[in-house]
Amino acid sequence: MASRGIRDRVAIVGMGCTRFGEHWDRGASDLLVEAALEACESARIEKAAIDAYWMGTLTSGQSGLILSEPLKTGYRPITRVENFCATGSEALRNAAYAVACGAYDLVMAIGVEKLKDSGYSGLASAGSSPTDGTQSSMTAPATFSLLAPAYSKKYGLDEGTLRQVLTRIACKNHANGARNPKAQFQRAVPAEKIESAPKVAGMLGVFDCSGVSDGAAAAILCRAEDAHKYTDTPLLIKALSFIAGPADGAKRQDYDYTTFPEVVATAADAYQQAGVRDPREEISLAEVHDCFTPTELVLMEDLGFSRRGNAWRDTLDGRFEISGAQPVNPDGGLKSFGHPIGASGLRMMYEMWLQFRGQAGDRQVSAPRLGLTHNLGGAPGRCVSFVSVVGAN
Amino acid sequence: MAGILHYGSYVPFRRLERSSLAGGGRGERAVASFDEDSTSLAVEAGREALRGCASPPGSLLVASTSHPYAEKLNASAVHAALDLPPAVCSADLASSSRSGLAALALASELSKSAPVLACAADVVVGAPSGPRESAGGDAACAFLIGDEPGAGAAILGTASQTEELLDAWRGPEQQFARQWEERFVEQRLVPALGSVFERCLERAGLAVSDLTGIAVDTAHPRIAGSFASNAGLQPGQLVDDLAASVGRAGAANAGLLLARMLDSALPGDRIAVLSAADGAEAVIVEVTKQIAKARPRRSVAQWIESNRGGLPYQTYLKWREILPFEPPRRPDPPRPAAPPMQRAERWKYAFVGSRCLDCGAINLPPQRVCVQCGAVDRMDSVACADAKARVATYTVDHLAYSLQQPVIAAVVDFDQGGRIACELADVEPDKVTIGQELEMTFRRLYTAEGVRNYFWKARPLRGPETR
Repeated sequence: MASRGIRDRVAIVGMGCTRFGEHWDRGASDLLVEAALEACESARIEKAAIDAYWMGTLTSGQSGLILSEPLKTGYRPITRVENFCATGSEALRNAAYAVACGAYDLVMAIGVEKLKDSGYSGLASAGSSPTDGTQSSMTAPATFSLLAPAYSKKYGLDEGTLRQVLTRIACKNHANGARNPKAQFQRAVPAEKIESAPKVAGMLGVFDCSGVSDGAAAAILCRAEDAHKYTDTPLLIKALSFIAGPADGAKRQDYDYTTFPEVVATAADAYQQAGVRDPREEISLAEVHDCFTPTELVLMEDLGFSRRGNAWRDTLDGRFEISGAQPVNPDGGLKSFGHPIGASGLRMMYEMWLQFRGQAGDRQVSAPRLGLTHNLGGAPGRCVSFVSVVGAN
Repeated sequence: MAGILHYGSYVPFRRLERSSLAGGGRGERAVASFDEDSTSLAVEAGREALRGCASPPGSLLVASTSHPYAEKLNASAVHAALDLPPAVCSADLASSSRSGLAALALASELSKSAPVLACAADVVVGAPSGPRESAGGDAACAFLIGDEPGAGAAILGTASQTEELLDAWRGPEQQFARQWEERFVEQRLVPALGSVFERCLERAGLAVSDLTGIAVDTAHPRIAGSFASNAGLQPGQLVDDLAASVGRAGAANAGLLLARMLDSALPGDRIAVLSAADGAEAVIVEVTKQIAKARPRRSVAQWIESNRGGLPYQTYLKWREILPFEPPRRPDPPRPAAPPMQRAERWKYAFVGSRCLDCGAINLPPQRVCVQCGAVDRMDSVACADAKARVATYTVDHLAYSLQQPVIAAVVDFDQGGRIACELADVEPDKVTIGQELEMTFRRLYTAEGVRNYFWKARPLRGPETR
């Protein structure tokens, strides 16, 4: 795969993010308005200054009208974007390319999801097209739970140790979320509670799963040379990579459920665009798609933060804690910040925005050089993947 | 002379102990799983009967008192699952438990030009705590009847008698059948059995004493007893009716008893099977030297032996949709749509995949572009229903919609190549292991807006195989 990238050509100059959680009192429209106006305020602009919008959601509506109508954007281009759980990142990527190519000067990427109105447990898929009824009924936690036994078997990890590793990931992300006023769950959760939670799928309990959540997040982008008009501390895009994989993991016997080849490919592409040679050393912090605890474990290896078969050890060593050498999900991640699908990719970027501007409060990572966001959609063996690299200069 | 070219049987995996029923009783009854119905049971028995057959039958009969559809041909799903050619005539026989043996007798008449596959299957449901719930059983059988040499058993004679009799009845508006007093029914059915038995013996040119085994299918044990003493049967001629291990399996019962006798019969044995309901039916066969070739992979005894008991009564009532229950807090599964089902017919019903002509990779479901080498439209069909498979990995899904949670989902690798992710059937969460051997089974995944959604699941191997 070859991509030229747009390294340092586009900057994020404003961001907004609602609190994620159960917003019984607000609909998708309200959340969109809230995130959009907060982003405008942070870029010190009026919404009329925005030339075009990329709006991402999986289930909360179709077409650009779901944004234009509540926000009263007048007569503006609004593209509705959807790419599973990587929808928010896709809105950002397409918006960035639009300013990079010069089609527009100032654009907004915004994502929203209103999940809690359905009344269902977990994710309920959107009204899908008619089928022949032969599709696998496996839910999201079930598909991701397949990673755990496969990883144990491949690296000779006993179930007890693996459980300890997954618990550590959940504990870490809950502890980080406890320091985040916008997170869905703002409480540290003790290991015993995580391990005694009701089972959802395989060895995954309720605390191994990301929060089902409502929320919205937005970013305002312009070409890097214009960034100073809006802020003294823009966030520069170093790399954007996105892949829709061949979806053949459940068709080919050579897939072993211990890796996301799509993530490996997007990471390699992003590192090449950004000039990163050694991600373990060069990436100061990362927001990754911890939809379920085993996902984060495997991602550490797919992103090159840990050597193959070593992520469990790095996790237990505390490498990925805020105080560790390479903080991962300092904002609490999908696990405790919550996972309103269309908003999540932009929420990850929101943490980068805060961290690189020194606004992350108790979660502040000192002197970050490069940050990474990773967003995934689908299931092991059948997924889309997004990786970005960002920095302050 | 028509004969039984091949046959097959099927008894579901689960058992309900009668001691757990309000009505009590001895032994246990076979119980179709929550994802089985008479169509899926007929498919399992039909697969057993057709396995290894060189050519398909000319027609298909499916008999049941519990057809899943009141309107829409039920035999067509069996036809599709057995991957029979479109020109095969398919028809349902229904409403009476006698229709099972009648299908076999009709098949012997119809088989002059081409063999007929006569299937019978039933999921017998009775009102809670009633005799039918306790005495009933769920099972299926299938007989390929042909007028050609090489039959495993020659059909020496058949006889039938029809009676307009209010014995068991159930209208479309009723969930459970009712039954008239058995003493009244007895005085009509015992003579009917005697009559068909006598005529059948006459057609076969045999005397009662020539028969090695006689099976009598009836709802009331006293009817079989009265018939046996009236007909002058010798002790030992009347065979066990499987009441204690399977239960009376409706339209499938007579055929199941015949299959069990054929499983262990010797060449020269003469066997009679009778069925009493709305009159009576009788068939007499003589076992030939070719019987071994006619036998299925698994015997009735093996199906019976391979079981899991201890089904809680409450679970049974839930499976039969007698007891309402709190649905999972998940969206209802979508109704499958007719055009996609038609496009995927051989995959969905017969589990036929595609194989790449260039690289040999098996693509499941069939693909246009090869998953392995990328060749375009270079595929031929490959049958996968009988392919052995193994658990590559699996999980227990507590969240997925099912009548029986949790769903055990697995990634399944086939020995001949190819992989799918599907549900496991007839399995306990703590009994699954990676590498475990599996075989495919035709199931009803769910019902949505009245549409019975059939597809395949994998199950652990059901007991030993004989061929």
